[in-house]
Amino acid sequence: MANTLAVHDLRFMLFLVAAWMMLGFAGFLRPHSTRFVARLLFPTGSLLCLGIALLAGLFLASGQAAQVVVLPLGLPDLPFHIRLDVLSGFFLLLLGVAGTGISTFAAGYFRSGEGTAPALLGLGYHLFLASMAMVILADDAYLFMVAWETMALSSYFLVTSRHRIPEIRRAGFLYLIMAHVGAVCILLSFGVLQGGSWQFTFDAMRAAHFTPFWATTAFLLALLGFGAKAGLVPMHVWLPEAHPAAPSPVSAMMSGLMLKTAIYGMLRISFDLLSVRFWQWGALLLALGLFSALFGAIFAAVQTDMKRLLAYSSIENVGLIFTAIGLSILFETSNMHLFAALALTAALVHSLNHALFKSLLFLTTGSVLHATKQRSLGKLGGLIRRMPWVASLALIGTLSIAGLPPLNGFVSEWLLLQSFLFTPQLPHAFLNMLIPLGAAALALTFALAAYVMVKFYGVIFLGQPREASLVNAHDANWLERLGLIWLAVGCVTIGAFPQLALLAVAPVTGKLIGQTVRLSSTVWWIAPIAREQASYSGLILLAGILSVVAITFICVRLLAHGRIRRTDAWDCGYPWQTSRMQDTAEGFGQPIRHMFGTFFRMDRNLPSPSDTAPRYRVYIEDRLWRAIYLPIARGVQKLADWIGILQGGRLSIYLLYSFLTLLALLVFVL
Amino acid sequence: MRAISFVRQFVEAALAIAIAPLFTGWIAQCRAWLQNRSAPPLLQPYRMLRKLFLKDVALATGASALFRATPYVLFGTMVLAAAIIPSIVTDLPLARVADSIALVGLFATARVFLSLAAMDIGTAFGTLGARREMMIGFLAEPALLMVLFNAFLLYGSTSLPSLVDGYRAHLSVIDPSVIFAALAFVMVALAENARIPIDNPSTHLELTMIHEAMLLEYSARHLALVEWASSLKLFNYACIGFALFLPWGIATHGADGAGALLIAIAALIGKLTIAGAALALIESLSAKLRIFRAPEYLAMAFLLAVLGLLVHLLVGA
Repeated sequence: MANTLAVHDLRFMLFLVAAWMMLGFAGFLRPHSTRFVARLLFPTGSLLCLGIALLAGLFLASGQAAQVVVLPLGLPDLPFHIRLDVLSGFFLLLLGVAGTGISTFAAGYFRSGEGTAPALLGLGYHLFLASMAMVILADDAYLFMVAWETMALSSYFLVTSRHRIPEIRRAGFLYLIMAHVGAVCILLSFGVLQGGSWQFTFDAMRAAHFTPFWATTAFLLALLGFGAKAGLVPMHVWLPEAHPAAPSPVSAMMSGLMLKTAIYGMLRISFDLLSVRFWQWGALLLALGLFSALFGAIFAAVQTDMKRLLAYSSIENVGLIFTAIGLSILFETSNMHLFAALALTAALVHSLNHALFKSLLFLTTGSVLHATKQRSLGKLGGLIRRMPWVASLALIGTLSIAGLPPLNGFVSEWLLLQSFLFTPQLPHAFLNMLIPLGAAALALTFALAAYVMVKFYGVIFLGQPREASLVNAHDANWLERLGLIWLAVGCVTIGAFPQLALLAVAPVTGKLIGQTVRLSSTVWWIAPIAREQASYSGLILLAGILSVVAITFICVRLLAHGRIRRTDAWDCGYPWQTSRMQDTAEGFGQPIRHMFGTFFRMDRNLPSPSDTAPRYRVYIEDRLWRAIYLPIARGVQKLADWIGILQGGRLSIYLLYSFLTLLALLVFVL
Repeated sequence: MRAISFVRQFVEAALAIAIAPLFTGWIAQCRAWLQNRSAPPLLQPYRMLRKLFLKDVALATGASALFRATPYVLFGTMVLAAAIIPSIVTDLPLARVADSIALVGLFATARVFLSLAAMDIGTAFGTLGARREMMIGFLAEPALLMVLFNAFLLYGSTSLPSLVDGYRAHLSVIDPSVIFAALAFVMVALAENARIPIDNPSTHLELTMIHEAMLLEYSARHLALVEWASSLKLFNYACIGFALFLPWGIATHGADGAGALLIAIAALIGKLTIAGAALALIESLSAKLRIFRAPEYLAMAFLLAVLGLLVHLLVGA
């Protein structure tokens, strides 16, 4: 009985994925009707997301064995192998849960005049969702690459949906290049992984044996490919360009979900397909991850565009996830399986959390964008009074992403710090003294993230409106609110009941590492290693704060009074202050620019004291752009110029080439 | 047995709420003596709170609900933290709710709320204070984490009650790393509580203030709650310090009687008296640093903590 049900699980999921594709094409029934596409197709897609999440959750909870289906599609002799195991189950759960919120929001978000026809947007959007699900379900390299490329292309068309703006075209082009460079690396990695058997199913790859050299080559190629997709420094440059260019639900999907497929791929290859692992890999991932995390946090702090700020924060979060994966490999190769499970748990829980809160925040920027037509932080402010719904839901997202208890961001932060505590026990001299310092870098990153998010929330929603037009800002519509509420509830739920996340992750660590963290039997707290060692209870913290607040409020009201007099804000004896005199986003970034100046290339124009129309301009650039990407671009250009010499434009020269080639071949054959 | 531990929990939280302003008053008194001023009475903070609770709130016209809710949230987080930290007993029902890392997170929650509230009105000073406060926060947190890391290496736990128990079990051996960690902790605690090398609690000079700049728009009961929360925060930091470095007198598991409780309260008051006097001495002897020097100061704290860690790993292991 359980077995027949089990097969249905995967069949049913494939049915839902197919339904997504049908939804995408259904838009062409009425290609120009925003009402039809947005109000009917997107909510249906959102229900399908919920279905995927439920199926994946049931699959994880039931503890069934992996399910396999072979679809006779694709090329002859190369059918699509599809497999649902706990790792894909977890990532499908993540996809489904966050996708539900995003699709619901998107139903309210897309209006006429987004550039592309609504049907095309709907097609791209649903193909994007379906291809992400297929990436996660694929069980052979062929299907994986087909799904991966579909994902890259559909998201490219979504990013460039407002293609009439040159910057957006440029951002899309950069994204396309990086996506393809990454895809080539992944393809090469699979090429190494098939190990001479020319069997491209994942089963064959699991069975193959590798010398350390080839295993490391496959790992490094995978790291390049998936790192480029995930936005690991230095392959991150497309991320702050492409995410802001896309419409907000698409940014949310790219940041919340698509980056996670790269995490999935990395885990699939390094923990599942490769049967051997080396501690050096872990150290490399750890170093790259920590650097990315710090880099992302520092750059996020100096951004003045709200979506770019969030994009850099995504780099930071991906860095944290890679740090945790690296730590897990380090522990695992040192036979410290419990701690490896703890670190991997941190990575997976953080992936889930990031999918929730980053989607939430990207969606709120979408609402702000619709309400104000402004993306620049310097022209926003005071929206908490105009958009109370969006502001209060964004506050939950802000507190979550800043890693503050009792919300969900803190749970994964806490798990990661806990796993760092055991690094001095690593059996590598030096590393066991160096890595604890990584915990300090991590603490710095978390605290910087809080700084960034105070800037984000404070400048957009608090203070006085910096532009007169903001007075007309309107709150989000009900579908948008519903989507935001779904994600915010997710943040609060995982914050209060981290056990849920641990339960969802436990089968995955059980399979990949053979060990799970301690799941305590009470609903009250989590104690992943031992009760005496450390424990945390989000629920009691939340309930405790709320009840003390309530008691204090009642006591103050009973014992004192509730009188309030409305006055002007204190103006320091200078009553001519305007809202432009508030601290700006640039001002908020100033301490960071001051302290971490070596990270930036900064161009700054200061007005002279006698200027009558003073203008202050600061332009910040990533040093890596000039150090790595421009030389590569110049090299490619030069190479193309050289090859261009061949192209003389005269027919006789081309005939000469053919003749010479023929001659050369003849010499070769004879 | 369970009931009595809930009673102890309640007593501890109530005691913290009650004596936190007294601790602030004591520091102010010591400072006045050291600076040759006539000291305010010990109970001055309570009078201040009473006065503030009786006044009418003067609320800026643009203030949002976040601004009005923040004092309560601050007070709530600080009371909860006081209930979690084992200041007099270790056998507390709430003690397992948060280990020391989660406590640092709880303080960060309070800091973020206060910073957001300071930005709410949209005056230049509020935002300036918020920015500086968050800056001090991200500089202090790595150092604080290293201190906790060191404690974890010594006693294998980040949970404060377990640390106290562990320390009591190894009383005879004092690891040299503890000294470095303690120094780093004191430096961080000064910075986090807006004390003198970083901030001056008694200044209202606009350009130099950090903490006070954030409170400019608060008045009456809101201000009272924020002030009370600040003194609770100082009290909490002192108690974390005692739990980490001077856990003598704290009633541990097993020592549950009323006698042990009385001894614990007496020990706590004694430690607070000395710590308050020491704090006043530090504040009187040192000058406030320019804000640009704050990174150096906190980097120093961080280096001390790392040094402690290395000492432990090289010598202790």
